Amino acid sequence: MLQETKFPLFKADWVVILLYVTLLVCGWFSICGATHEIGDTNFFDWEVRTGKQLVWIGCAFTLGFVILMTDDKYYDTLADLFYWGMMVVLLVTPFVAKDIKGSRSWVNLGFCNVQPAEFAKCATALAVAKLINQYGFSLNDMRNFAKAAGLILLPLVLIIMQRETGSALVYLAFFLMFYREGMPGCILFTAVAAVAYFVVGIRYGDTELPGTLASVGEFAVLIMIWLFTIGMVRVYAPKTGFDKLYAQTGVAVIAVSLAVSHFVVPFDVSWALLALCLFATGHLTWHWLAQRLNVCLLIALFTLGSTAFLYTADFALNNILEPHQRERIQVLLGMNEDNRNAGYNVNQSKIAIGSGGLEGKGFMNGTQTKLKYVPEQDTDFIFCTVGEEQGFLGSAGVLLLFLFLILRLIHLSERQSSTFGRVYGYSVLSILLFHVFINVGMVMGLTPVIGIPLPFFSYGGSSLWGFTLMLFIFLRIDAGRKRRL
Amino acid sequence: MSTSKNLFEIRKFVIGGVATGIVLVYMLRLFTLQLWSDDYKKNADSNAFRKDIQYPSRGLIMDRKGRILVYNEPSYNIMVVMQEQRGVDTLDFCQTVGISREEYEQRMADIKDPNKNPGYSRYTPQLFMAQIPAEEFSQFREKLFRFKGFSVEKRSIRQYSCNMGAHILGDVGEISQKELEADSGRYYKSGDFIGKLGVERSYEKQLRGVKGMRIMLRDVHGRTQGHYQDGKYDQQAVPGKNLTLGLDKDLQELAERLLKGKLGAIVALEPKTGEVLCMASSPTYDPRIMVGRDRGKNHQIMSRDPMKPLLNRAIMGTYPPGSTFKITQALVGLQEGIIDPNISFPCHHGFNYKGLHVGCHGHGSPINLVPAIGTSCNSYFCWNLFRMLSNKHKYGSVQAAMTKWKDYMVAMGYGYKLGIDLPGEKRGMIPNADYYDKAYRRSWNGLTVISIAIGQGEVTATPLQIANLAATVANRGYYVVPHVVRAVQDGKLDPIYYEKKYTGVDRRWYEYAAAGMRKAVLDGTCRGANLPGYEVCGKTGTAQNRGHDHSAFMGFAPMNDPRIAVAVYVENGGFGNVYGVPIGALIMEQYLNGKLSEASMKKAEHFENMHIKYGDYER
Repeated sequence: MLQETKFPLFKADWVVILLYVTLLVCGWFSICGATHEIGDTNFFDWEVRTGKQLVWIGCAFTLGFVILMTDDKYYDTLADLFYWGMMVVLLVTPFVAKDIKGSRSWVNLGFCNVQPAEFAKCATALAVAKLINQYGFSLNDMRNFAKAAGLILLPLVLIIMQRETGSALVYLAFFLMFYREGMPGCILFTAVAAVAYFVVGIRYGDTELPGTLASVGEFAVLIMIWLFTIGMVRVYAPKTGFDKLYAQTGVAVIAVSLAVSHFVVPFDVSWALLALCLFATGHLTWHWLAQRLNVCLLIALFTLGSTAFLYTADFALNNILEPHQRERIQVLLGMNEDNRNAGYNVNQSKIAIGSGGLEGKGFMNGTQTKLKYVPEQDTDFIFCTVGEEQGFLGSAGVLLLFLFLILRLIHLSERQSSTFGRVYGYSVLSILLFHVFINVGMVMGLTPVIGIPLPFFSYGGSSLWGFTLMLFIFLRIDAGRKRRL
Repeated sequence: MSTSKNLFEIRKFVIGGVATGIVLVYMLRLFTLQLWSDDYKKNADSNAFRKDIQYPSRGLIMDRKGRILVYNEPSYNIMVVMQEQRGVDTLDFCQTVGISREEYEQRMADIKDPNKNPGYSRYTPQLFMAQIPAEEFSQFREKLFRFKGFSVEKRSIRQYSCNMGAHILGDVGEISQKELEADSGRYYKSGDFIGKLGVERSYEKQLRGVKGMRIMLRDVHGRTQGHYQDGKYDQQAVPGKNLTLGLDKDLQELAERLLKGKLGAIVALEPKTGEVLCMASSPTYDPRIMVGRDRGKNHQIMSRDPMKPLLNRAIMGTYPPGSTFKITQALVGLQEGIIDPNISFPCHHGFNYKGLHVGCHGHGSPINLVPAIGTSCNSYFCWNLFRMLSNKHKYGSVQAAMTKWKDYMVAMGYGYKLGIDLPGEKRGMIPNADYYDKAYRRSWNGLTVISIAIGQGEVTATPLQIANLAATVANRGYYVVPHVVRAVQDGKLDPIYYEKKYTGVDRRWYEYAAAGMRKAVLDGTCRGANLPGYEVCGKTGTAQNRGHDHSAFMGFAPMNDPRIAVAVYVENGGFGNVYGVPIGALIMEQYLNGKLSEASMKKAEHFENMHIKYGDYER
């Protein structure tokens, strides 16, 4: 035991370290491919990005080593201090940061620029872990849940104030950890449903349903809400038998209104569906009041909230989102075929990846990325270089490396003796998963271009150190897990 | 604590499943992007590669003595990169390149107009002015450093060392849409130059060389970033091959001089090889006007000229061969046994039979072969043909006899294209039995068609075919297909240009034909062709047509070691010995002696200044 506490390095999970180092090495070579100018042979010079990244990687190794060598008993004690300290930094950042491409998130430390948002993730993870670790804490308790959600939403809002919406949205990843810790699955389901409403509602918002005056998007989303309501009643309140009632009235109302619109007077049949949803809401609320069945209220809230969301999404798109984000969303949904502006990035990155074929063009032979067809090819769009130069084998391999890392982290988290360790571990892997999901998805044209880096690959010290800090703190916690038994 | 852990531990599978699901979906997406379709790959190549064409230098064209006739001269294109073009003193610029301020503005606007300039990019050089000759360019180069964003692209234009041989040498011009479509090998790109006329066209493949290509990488702004794979896939341009023509520059110049002010053609061949020693067609033009920016304009002017200066009459003009054709008749008659050298026919001022009369001029009668050729007796050759076509015993029918006759004519190079290595050759006309069957509804005989015996009627031939007949007689029975290119650098000629073609008439009969042509020079119709020191053989031709007779001559010399065979055809020149004979004699003298005697020089000057007045009827 004494040996182990003195040298936690040997207790660290070497599988994760190996994956970490492999990803870093792959990442560095990808940056070589992405930034290398033709005819230039110096990869190690401080002046070029490959050289700088090598320095960042060296620093990251040192950071990881130091974390593994130091004691882990201060993590939960210092978590609050770290968290609130970071919040102050985040608050101050927009006032001291220079405006870089519209965002005020980079703080100049003299020798380099640092993005505090990258480190706030780690602080938030520690703070949330500490909160949930408290005795008697349950996410099913509304107050507790609100506290935990507050810890997450605070940095999210602060980072949005820096005009770094992408980095802010990363904090939504914590809800995946909440799910593991017992948050009702319906909340996660609601979130997924909201995305579906948004996509369908916006995408088909301007298409008219034939024979009616209804928009296809609105009509389809209302049908989804109605179906979800029936499903929830069936799962959570089967004894009421309302599911059959709603299904029958719904089919009847839709059939009648469609027929009337088609053969008598064309009108907006969405109104019939809206009335249906409002009827279900009212009926469930009345039932809650009458029978004191809480689940009815929750379903009613879901239905009402979904309906409200549908009608506010359009407003949000046009008034809350930045113009470039709105354009990106429209391009992603195929509503805007503009290949020169927002669509250009994604189109070029698809060309770059697609041109890789099975085996790729070989290291440093990528023409698309090297010739700067792909914008931000060494940061957010680094995966293009992997796709172009290493082909299907290489890029699928990188995805599998990330998958192994995440699955390994799930395994490590589950073996934690303390809730603190498990929650922290799940926070780390959720953030990692979110980054990979969004970043690789946007490069291949599947998710919106919200500009977050690919962990360990994208050029830049802040992101690398942020992830290294998170990952190695977890490894250190994992290494010392037995001591707490 | 442990209960909650156990309660929700199952959810780790959900989270792990989500992660696995995402990765699987993404791998599927990678599969479709990278392996399913190659659209993206094609897109990438056109994105990133710029194929820089390396233009080879076009082959030179030389005359038979190695004197350069056509060469390349540097010309310059002024290019401009719009992105870098700033703060240029427009006034100074316009003065230097010799354009007005308005033209400058217009040109700049055209460059930016995506309709007129589809490949426009602000970052790459755009063509501002094309084909600036070297002398105009030197001024511009001195000031180039002041004109930021402007650069120079070196190209070359064709240049001619002298004003001659336009029809043979031809020219190059920008490739037309039609030619592009016909280019099955897809070698040419729009804007490339291609041989349009003459040798430039017929030897385009050899002259042009092979374009090289450098595959350059370009970045998103179109700026060049270096060679793809260090030039591993680059191809060097292969320079075009030089051509040596059979043409003798001095002879060609003399021929063109002698035809001044007349319509007509002169063709001289080297009988043994079929090489064209000179080929003049009049009117002609200065090949130098077909170079550079004014080519299109000049070409248009000439194509509208009623005298048709673009027409190479030597191979495209089809004329009645007149009496020069009698030689072929003699040869057929001899070979077929219709006549023998000693047989005589009467000539009482012409051919008279069953009321048909073909006139002839005064000479002794009866007359046998050699003097008949010498005096160009119409009657003799009419009898010859008439006897052949009427010989039912030998041929069975007039049609069969006609077919036999036609076969001999074709074997002698008439009626079909000879196959000279110049574009646009015409085949002339040798009627066959079918033709007459149609024209006379099968009711015809030797008398109906008698005028073909003396090179009139339906028969037409190009001056080249006439010269070829002279060469065949000079060779006593064979010819080599006439050709203007004598040698291609590092290459071989087409076998048809060195294989002997026999006509099917025995050599001994050709001796009689040659003797007849010799007699014509000694005391017959073309005494004017006599050349001291050489045994010249000749035959006049006087071809009747709608207007004034055409004056023709064919001949060769020396009789027993022929070095030159010549045909002269002057439209509406009258009797053969008015223009044909003296011009033919001058051509032979020039070639055989390498120069003209003083008397001949005067004679040449005289003919140069003899202009025939032509009406403006359609020709």
